[in-house]
Amino acid sequence: MSLINYASREINCKLVYYGPGLGGKTTNLEYIYEKVAPASKGKMISLATETERTLFFDFLPVDLGTIRGFKTRFHLYTVPGQVYYNASRKLILKGVDGVIFVGDSQVERMEANIESMQNLYDNMTQHGLDLTRLPFVIQYNKRDLPNAAPLAQLQEALNPGWPVEDPVRQRATPDPNRPEEMLVQEIDGMWLERVPYFEAVALRGDGVFDTLRAISKLVLKTLG
Amino acid sequence: MSGASSWSFREEDAARIGVLLNSLLREANARTALLVDRTGQMLATVGEAPRFDPVAFASLTAADFSANDQLARMLGENEFAALFHQGDKDSLYLADVARRVILVVLFDNRTTLGLVKLRVRGVVAALSTLFTEMFAREALGERRVETGFVGEAEDEIDKLFRN
Repeated sequence: MSLINYASREINCKLVYYGPGLGGKTTNLEYIYEKVAPASKGKMISLATETERTLFFDFLPVDLGTIRGFKTRFHLYTVPGQVYYNASRKLILKGVDGVIFVGDSQVERMEANIESMQNLYDNMTQHGLDLTRLPFVIQYNKRDLPNAAPLAQLQEALNPGWPVEDPVRQRATPDPNRPEEMLVQEIDGMWLERVPYFEAVALRGDGVFDTLRAISKLVLKTLG
Repeated sequence: MSGASSWSFREEDAARIGVLLNSLLREANARTALLVDRTGQMLATVGEAPRFDPVAFASLTAADFSANDQLARMLGENEFAALFHQGDKDSLYLADVARRVILVVLFDNRTTLGLVKLRVRGVVAALSTLFTEMFAREALGERRVETGFVGEAEDEIDKLFRN
């Protein structure tokens, strides 16, 4: 949960990069660390194994600067993707304000993606959090690889849309990042909502900041 | 089940906490007291200014406490309500407050673990009451950021988060 500290005039928001092992979560953070102006970033911490696989988490604080008198900061975390680190993964989700699911586009990783997405839902539920009501975006990484699955196939598996029950929200809503596509729409008499998604090649930075901008703005809206 | 909620920490909260922690430091002869919330955010620092990066410190403290919580459960304990990390010169004593916040006391060889533990026990009870009140206040609904904040923050995001 975002914390508004009126005493130290600070607002901190927690963003978590989730997804299957070797999907590119740490690479996203490393790229952000490399590119953000030195004055705006804190120390990057990686609790990793000696083979550089994330063991507990990576952490990077990024300062937006002082806005209306409040020093505003995003705390970016990654979780370990490997299946057997679920206990650590669950801990990192505590108090999360926004989630970025980093999917691996490779056809061979489809099952790992689906399993990780299901695990995300389960872990959020155990924290009493409803993923459908939190800022949430998906990044399809490794789009440059020859064995990358078509977007439509990834969308169908990982972002099929959930039913919109609230009548107020049952109206066609275009995706601000893809005006030709809808985030909320009626299909066969049923209202469905998908989350925003982005294509990325995190190793060279493609799509990394598009994803971060989108999730940051969604989180800020929840403060207003 | 719900989405994330935010909570706020007011100046008067900081003042009350400051009084409690200052008296703790005096009575325990410790150097610095820090309050970190369980999600990894620093709430307050009292006493000698820390020589380390407080943001990183807060994130690691929360992770440390959470990991130990899970270890406690594996033993059939509800929690480890306190943790102690011993160094050559500086040591840390960490204690849970109302299951939402962690009190960290940094001390050196001018005092003893026994004295720190004793004084922390008293202050944890007072802090728990205070935080329980703060969380109850949040449940009733609190004022959020002022109008215009979101727009300005979005502009900053566009400036900062680009290739």
